[in-house]
Amino acid sequence: MKLKKRSSYYLANIAVFILLSVIFIIPFIYILLMAAKSSKEAALLQFSLPSQFLFLENLKAVIVFGDYRMFRALLNSTLLTVGSVALIVVFAALFAFVSQRKKDKLASVLMSLLMIGLMIPPAVVPTIFLLRSLKIYKTMFGMIMIDVALFMPFATMIFRTAMSTIPRDLDEASFIDGATPLTIFFSVILPLLKPAIVTVVVTTSVNIFNDFVGPLYFLPGAKNITAPLTLYSFISQFSTQWNLLFANVVVVSVIPLIIFIFFQRQLVSGMMGGAVKG
Amino acid sequence: MKKNTIQKGLLKTYPNWFYLPAVITFAIFFVIPTISAFYFSLTRWTLFDATFIGFDNYVSFLSDPMLSIGLKNTFIYAILTSGLKTVLALPLAVMLTSNIRFKGFYRSIVFFPVLVSTIAVGITFSILMQPNSGLINVVLGSIGLGQPDWLGNPKLALYSVVFVDVWKGIGIATVIYMAGILAIPNDYFDAMKLEGGFWIRFRHVIIPLVRNSTFTIILLSFIGGLRSFDLIWAMTGGGPGFASDVLTSVIYKQYQAGFYGLSTAGNVILFIMVTVLIFPLRRFFNSREIEL
Repeated sequence: MKLKKRSSYYLANIAVFILLSVIFIIPFIYILLMAAKSSKEAALLQFSLPSQFLFLENLKAVIVFGDYRMFRALLNSTLLTVGSVALIVVFAALFAFVSQRKKDKLASVLMSLLMIGLMIPPAVVPTIFLLRSLKIYKTMFGMIMIDVALFMPFATMIFRTAMSTIPRDLDEASFIDGATPLTIFFSVILPLLKPAIVTVVVTTSVNIFNDFVGPLYFLPGAKNITAPLTLYSFISQFSTQWNLLFANVVVVSVIPLIIFIFFQRQLVSGMMGGAVKG
Repeated sequence: MKKNTIQKGLLKTYPNWFYLPAVITFAIFFVIPTISAFYFSLTRWTLFDATFIGFDNYVSFLSDPMLSIGLKNTFIYAILTSGLKTVLALPLAVMLTSNIRFKGFYRSIVFFPVLVSTIAVGITFSILMQPNSGLINVVLGSIGLGQPDWLGNPKLALYSVVFVDVWKGIGIATVIYMAGILAIPNDYFDAMKLEGGFWIRFRHVIIPLVRNSTFTIILLSFIGGLRSFDLIWAMTGGGPGFASDVLTSVIYKQYQAGFYGLSTAGNVILFIMVTVLIFPLRRFFNSREIEL
């Protein structure tokens, strides 16, 4: 009886292992295999080991392609991500700090306004029109401001939840010590918001780095290319060189992965904490 | 200091100008374009001048089957992706919080697709779904099953993209459910241990007590589904024909063609659709939230 139970436990474990591995790992192995093939072999689209291992050669070809276009794309994406995320964290935390502490009419009206941004997608052509009128269309600055506006509501929500776990006595104590609002914010509140900041930094930077729609509409132009758009132009230019296309997939997927691995431990606890409380 | 002065001083500790950076950015770059969209959707618009034409854009949107199919598909896409993510993520989360082996490994692989660019996922799957030499059909063929043209068959294309969307997004839903399950106090499980097996626990403890997570997941993925663009664009481009066009891809196509007024009308229809569907849903969920 006991033996039977045990073996069915192992069988279930094996079944789960195979099922999840097939569904979630095979596509990534396929990407790596394709990225290591010659263009002739890759054209067969088979799930097989390459006869010659050309992984590094293909990576190099992708990076060199188009006068080192990939470098420009990674640089642009990094600038966009770092710039937007830095502004988002400061703006959203300032907002969440005051609105969670005051809880008056103004706070709740402004909060509901921001929450609309969580639901409603941006109006594409009117936004382009606005950027053109401000003479910042096709500029990194314009794109950063758009991303700040679009991704800030989520950050504000996370920070507000986290603010409610920071006791008000702390503000009071620093006030009695003679601290100004800005000192309280930067030296008391921000350090305590760290877990929430990690959550916001990781999720928002992965989302902005991988964002395709924003740069497609608001940052067109060859010199403005970002990481996901390198893939898109690859399809139209080299629809037959699958090996290079997949090498390109590998290159643009590495940075989000690094961000994630770097913060993984703090992220899971931050996300779990937020979800439980929220 | 007296309590009263402290209170007054504290109010100064929370100055209203702290709102300004967030509110100004949001107002300029989100609110202004959103409101002006309502006006521009009533015009024939070249970006340099706009001629008022009343509701013509909306009439063509709703009467031209090429455009109105986007409306129907957006709805189908949002319902299916959010429904499937919710239903599939719960058993996955229960498993990943149980005492199964290799838990950490499973958590990582389920979450990994979330981190990868949607365009990359779309390209990869459109190749895996190639009708003849794509891996999926090769496997189906080798075990003697049919080999559908996943993305080339107009009746199937939208659903194939739905499948990939669920594959990519289920990691988030699973993490939210895992948080919900881990937050259930142990007393509930202890009380049920005497009563019966796994199914009873699942049905009578887990499902009711992760209700808040369920609401969050449905809302998040429903909104995501209504707004989704990049995956569909990378996999089918709205095709074959217009079979898998959604509102966002119609908006993009009209924008590319230079019909800015028409494109903006599509945008407004999307606003209205989101508002009409999401606000009542949110209110309903809020009224039924539970405290653990």
